[in-house]
Amino acid sequence: MIALEHITIELGGRTVLRDLSLGIGKGELVAICGPNGAGKSTLLRALAGLLPGTPARDPRRVGYLPQGARSAWGITVEQVAMLGRIPHRDSAAAPVHKALEQCGIAHLRTARVDRISGGEARRAMLARVFATEPDVFLLDEPTADLDPAAAHAIMSLLRRTAEAGATILVVLHALDLALRYAHRVLVLRDGRIAADLPAHDALPAAAAAFGLPFGIDPEPRLLPPASTE
Amino acid sequence: MKAALVAVLALFAASLLIGDGTFALPDGLILWQIRLPRALLAVLVGGGLGLSGAVLQGALRNPLADPGLLGITGTAGLGAVIAFYWGLAQHFAPALPAGGLLGAGVGAVLLLAFAGRAPSGPSLILAGVAVSAIAAALLALALTLAPNPFALAEITFWLMGGLADRSLLHVALAAPPILMGAAILLRLGPGLDALSLGEDTAASLGVPVARTLHLAAAGTALAVGAGAAVAGAIGFIGLVVPHLLRPWLGERPAALLPAAPLVGAALLLAADILVRIAPLVLPLSAAPPVGVLTALLGAPFVIIVARRAAP
Repeated sequence: MIALEHITIELGGRTVLRDLSLGIGKGELVAICGPNGAGKSTLLRALAGLLPGTPARDPRRVGYLPQGARSAWGITVEQVAMLGRIPHRDSAAAPVHKALEQCGIAHLRTARVDRISGGEARRAMLARVFATEPDVFLLDEPTADLDPAAAHAIMSLLRRTAEAGATILVVLHALDLALRYAHRVLVLRDGRIAADLPAHDALPAAAAAFGLPFGIDPEPRLLPPASTE
Repeated sequence: MKAALVAVLALFAASLLIGDGTFALPDGLILWQIRLPRALLAVLVGGGLGLSGAVLQGALRNPLADPGLLGITGTAGLGAVIAFYWGLAQHFAPALPAGGLLGAGVGAVLLLAFAGRAPSGPSLILAGVAVSAIAAALLALALTLAPNPFALAEITFWLMGGLADRSLLHVALAAPPILMGAAILLRLGPGLDALSLGEDTAASLGVPVARTLHLAAAGTALAVGAGAAVAGAIGFIGLVVPHLLRPWLGERPAALLPAAPLVGAALLLAADILVRIAPLVLPLSAAPPVGVLTALLGAPFVIIVARRAAP
C-alpha cells in the first residue's frame, strides 16, 4: 500500500507535479504512462521519499529503481544485487541468489556489471531491488534496454510478484507492456493524472496522451517508409 | 592485505636503516631523533593519503579524485607559510606544523560551509575547487610579500613536501588528527558501496548521503590536512593507491578501505627511501623533496588510468 495526497512538487522553478493524489493497494501492479516531461520519474521519486517535503520511507519496505542507474565501478552482478541488503544490514545470500534467478541473470553472477550488455545490467539493477525483498516496488523503466523476450519475462515477474501481495508502481514507455501486464494504467500529463483506468480500458486515453490517433496504427501513416535493415 | 602489512613493516625497517648515502643501523640518537620520526611520519601521512583517496573516489564516484582536490592541502600549506612569514617558525619550531594544522582546520570549515547542508558529489568538488583557489591566491600573496629571498626558498622547499628533519614532536602533532580522520573514514564503507549506484539509489537504500559526504570531507580534512601540516603537499599517493588495489581486491569501494592506508604507507616509505638513495645514483647535490618524486611517478600513472578508462 502506498499513497500520496495533494502533492505539488516544484523543481528548478517549474511545477512538475500539480496537486496530485494517488493510492495503490496491496497486490496491485500499476503502470504509469505519459509523454516525456509529464512528471513520471518525479512522481516515483516523491513516492520514494527522495524529494524535499515528501515523507521518508522505510528502505526495508520500499524498493526504488531509478531511471538509468549505472554503477560507477566495475563491481560484479552479485555485488550489485547484494547492495539491496544494505537496508537490512546483513549480507544474506539466499534473497540475493533468488533475486538473480528471478531476473534471469544468475549465470552472470561473477561478471562485471560494466562489461555486460545494457539489458543485462538493467536486470542486475532490478535484482538489487528484489534482493531487498520490499513490499512496495517503485520501478522507473525497468524494461529499458531489454529485448522483447526479456521485457515480457520481467513484466510477468512483476505481475506474479504483485499477485503474491506486493504493491508495484512501474513507469513504462512501452504501452503494449503496460496494457498487457498492469492491473491499472495511470496516464500522467503536465504533472496531473489525466486518466486512471483498468488496463483493458486504458488504450484510448494512453494513446491520446502521446498525441497518437486512437490505438496504434496497423501501418505507419504520415511517416517516411521504414528503412529495411 | 597480509602482503601490504609485510611490505609496510619491511619498508619501515629499511627506512630506519637507510640514511643519506649510508646503509647501517645508526646510533641511538640518530635513530630516535631523525630516522624514527621520518619513518613514522611516512606511515601516518602516506596512510592518511591512501585511505582518503580510496574514500573520496568512492564518495565522488570518480576514479580521478585525489585528496588534494578538496583544497585542505592548500590551506594547510598556507597556514604553515603564514607561520613562517610572521617569523613565528624561526623562534618557535612547532609554530610551522601548528600553523599548518590551523590552516587545515580553517580550510575544512570553509569546505563544509561552501558545500552546504545537503552536498552532492559535484557540489563538494566545486567547494574544494573554491577552497583550493583561495588558498593558492593567498599563498601567492604571502610568497610575494616574503620577507627575504632566504625565506622564499625555504617556503618553496617546504611546500614541495618532505619528511626530512622532522622530529617526534611533528609525529605527536600529526598523529591524533590523522588517526581520528582514519577512524571516521574507515566506517564509511557501506555508504560508499551504496553510492556506487548513484546518490538517488543510495538514499533509497537508507544511506544518509549528505552525512556520508560530510564525513568523507571531514575525515579527509583531518587525515590529509594534518599530514600536509607536517610534511607539506605530497601529491598523487591518494590518487594512485585505489587504482593499485582494484585489480587485486575488486572495485567495490568498501573492499579497498582496510588495505588503502597500508599501501599508502608503503608507497610513501618507499618514495622517501628512494629520495635518500637518489643522490648516490643521480647527479644531485641533495636529496629532492619526496613530493617531487611522488608527483613525477604519479603523473604518468594518471595517464595510464585515463587511457584504461577511455572506451
